[in-house]
Amino acid sequence: MPRSDSYIGSPHSRVDGPAKVTGRAKYAAEYHHPGLLQGYIVNSPITRGRITAIHSGEVLKIPGVIKILTHENRQNTAWMNLKYADMDAPPGVPFKPLHDATIRFNGQPVALVIAESFEVARYAASVLRIDYAEESHATDVRTRLDEARKPKKGLATFLKPPPPKPKGKVEQALAGADVTAGGRFYHGIEHHNPMELFASTVIYEEDGKLTIFDKTQGTINSQLYVKNVFGKSFKDVRVLAPYVGGAFGSGLRPQYQLFLAVLAALDLQRSVRVTMNRHQMFTFGHRPATVQHTNFGATGGKVVALQHDAIGETSRFEDYTEIVVNWANMVYPSPHVKLGYQLVPLDVPTPTDMRAPGGVTGQHAIECTIDELAHKAGVDPIEFRLKNYSLINDADGKPYSSKELAECFLQGAAQFGWKDRNPLPRSMTRNGKQVGWGMASGIWEAMQVIARAEAVLTADGKLTVRSAVTDIGTGTWTIMTQLAADCMGMNIEDVTFELGDSRLPFAPIQGGSFTSSTVGVAVKAACDGLKKKLFKRAVTSFPERFGSTEFGEVNFSEGRLTVPGQEGVALKDIVATTKRGQLVSRNTGSLPLLKLRKVTRAAHSAAFVEVEVDEDFGHVKVTRAVTAVAAGKIMNPKTARSQILGGMVWGISKALREETIIDHRYGRVMNANLAEYHTPVHADIHQLDVIFVEERDEIVNELGVKGVGEIGIVGLVPAIANAIFHATGRRVRDLPITLDKVMRQEEPRKN
Amino acid sequence: MPEYSGRVQADGDDPATPKGPESGPSFPPGDERSLTLLVNGTPRVVTVSPWVSLLDTLREHLDLTGTKKGCDHGQCGACTVLVNGRRINSCLALTVMHDGSEITTVEGLAADTLHPLQEAFIACDAFQCGYCTPGQLCSAVGLLQEGRAQTRDEIKELMSGNLCRCGAYTNIVDAILKVKGSPA
Repeated sequence: MPRSDSYIGSPHSRVDGPAKVTGRAKYAAEYHHPGLLQGYIVNSPITRGRITAIHSGEVLKIPGVIKILTHENRQNTAWMNLKYADMDAPPGVPFKPLHDATIRFNGQPVALVIAESFEVARYAASVLRIDYAEESHATDVRTRLDEARKPKKGLATFLKPPPPKPKGKVEQALAGADVTAGGRFYHGIEHHNPMELFASTVIYEEDGKLTIFDKTQGTINSQLYVKNVFGKSFKDVRVLAPYVGGAFGSGLRPQYQLFLAVLAALDLQRSVRVTMNRHQMFTFGHRPATVQHTNFGATGGKVVALQHDAIGETSRFEDYTEIVVNWANMVYPSPHVKLGYQLVPLDVPTPTDMRAPGGVTGQHAIECTIDELAHKAGVDPIEFRLKNYSLINDADGKPYSSKELAECFLQGAAQFGWKDRNPLPRSMTRNGKQVGWGMASGIWEAMQVIARAEAVLTADGKLTVRSAVTDIGTGTWTIMTQLAADCMGMNIEDVTFELGDSRLPFAPIQGGSFTSSTVGVAVKAACDGLKKKLFKRAVTSFPERFGSTEFGEVNFSEGRLTVPGQEGVALKDIVATTKRGQLVSRNTGSLPLLKLRKVTRAAHSAAFVEVEVDEDFGHVKVTRAVTAVAAGKIMNPKTARSQILGGMVWGISKALREETIIDHRYGRVMNANLAEYHTPVHADIHQLDVIFVEERDEIVNELGVKGVGEIGIVGLVPAIANAIFHATGRRVRDLPITLDKVMRQEEPRKN
Repeated sequence: MPEYSGRVQADGDDPATPKGPESGPSFPPGDERSLTLLVNGTPRVVTVSPWVSLLDTLREHLDLTGTKKGCDHGQCGACTVLVNGRRINSCLALTVMHDGSEITTVEGLAADTLHPLQEAFIACDAFQCGYCTPGQLCSAVGLLQEGRAQTRDEIKELMSGNLCRCGAYTNIVDAILKVKGSPA
């Protein structure tokens, strides 16, 4: 029988596992409805300009084609720009699909062909002729650096603060430092490419209400968007996303297929599905191309100067920002700091958060520069980091609520065998290949926002807990079930967590590693509320046992309410005394901002990597990697380990494989498919080990949890780059480190 | 400002390259025809046009949505099913070419109890979002039947047609090894 506190912290298998391995789990494009129509999107082949003519006539003659929606014939939607702003909209004017003849980026949706079948819609879309007047465009941030400017401020600035003001005199400090290191780092565009294609199935109900199965990281965010754009009320729009086939940030904002599917459903008063194809998955939010410069200085092994500048791309209509440069001084105390972050607006769709947005970009540059600094100072990179270690966040002077990074270094190094490392670059070889060992640390802020949850106990002894939150593969479904069972002292088989439905209590978009804390605290609040109601009811219904008992004296365990020395009453028997046969509690999770404002909250990691570099062909193989993570309470070590493993695979991918290649003459993506957009396959992934370092944190939130969605990727990317330096003696600063860059670096080498 | 009327030649799914009607497939694409697929042991009669893929037939005509569409180009493996015992990408197969074929989808792997690979996938946490999972499972069933992969490296090589963006690769191979019953 379960004891209290028994499920949280145990490696429970996913509650959604059976549905996912049998094919019963249904995703957004998998709901059928009688008479469902299929929409297929047509995208602009030009990058900037305007539509001059749409030749719909000939296409409408194709049997099975119902309608072609364009800016010329779309029904009225909201005129206020603000109505298009979703919960994750950056400052600016959101993109409005089919709004007018203007083309703002390559791949912009310009028409929706609606047909009786998918095949006819696809064919009709392929033959729809549209004429354009093209204007000159710019899509390469590297050629427009002189146009960089500060980002506009807006609501998003609250969660993504600009860099702090400079302190000290960084130029002088650099000039006087024993050693300095740094350089220019370029990252290309990346696309999230979840395996599931973006899709919306819009069921047009008889009363005109809409039931929408959407691919999203926020059911209420999509609901809010549809309500505002199409002038509906909340109760007329229901958005469901019980299963989401990956998202990684791409579902933080409603994507344009949702707009198009709803537009078509309302126009035709019929149910419509719109699914993107894989090419179209490259036509919206992405990780922005970024150019960074670092210049760090150290004297006597201590960091004395940190200079870090980043210029990222954004669209011409919204200022997407991310935190790229704020990290260095959070990790490394320094008396002299100067940080800069600017944007270059280009003819591209607005970038969107992608796994560890900004953090993985900035920390690649920071951790590689620190590695270089340690190397030049002749100090082991772990020792260098420990010499510059602080439990205070030097950027704002606040203490970390907890920080077990030093323990991550120790345990990670022990597991990896770091003590056997020869510090000299090019000192290790195996089977004719250069072998390199590199390491880096990682940090990600532990955030929390507001959510609500509902807990319902029925007379059959079953508990149902509800939240509108999604589970994009993170394990949210499972850990919330574990948490509710523990809170109520019930058997997990008697607990169901319902999610992914905008009708359920409010949850924000799922991202930033803040779901475990945010929704977890709400689930706990709802269960605590339910416990109080159960106790109150027990006092009235069973006065002989609880009449003189205080709430503080009772226990909830094994499905019973007990006082010490008594057998107590089964929770279901308490519920059975209610008229409705159920007890309900709806609560908001607490967010003690005043307390939290006094500390910095962050998860930390240390990553260790071994690479083999074939210098003849430039091929880099990550033969093994270890990541040690300190992220507070680990709610489920099984699903959390998978989160970190996934982050490590993403780290390998970002460091060595993936990049969206644009032909800037046309502004068009040249590798918009899964064969040419390289991500690792089975054969690319070798030994990966995860260590969770014990970290108790009673400040961060009442669960002590920090979230593990991003912390797995941030340290791995620089650890790989540093390992390549150790193997080859040369630093490749641009990502991904493809074989051409490794070979190019080899040119000066004398054989 | 040059006038542009999209006449670029490329494959029809490129969102950025509309074509004139003359360059597309002829329409209508031939008559619908009825044929029988033996799906998960049950004969299913479907009436489809020649241009309908086996993947779309399963998902749209037979409501077997366990088989996933990830790229529709044979690049990701999410649509992997077993046809006459062999694993194939169902997005690259036309339904009309499979009259009488025996097809096993993820829905057909479990009988009264889960298939050992399904059990192992749950036990090893071999998935996160679950979208590539049916393809990984069908591919793994095919792999074990082929009997070619003996080592961990060979399994990785012969499973490399199935992408997993969540990065569950090591756990997937663990699950396959668990069922295969031999050490790496």
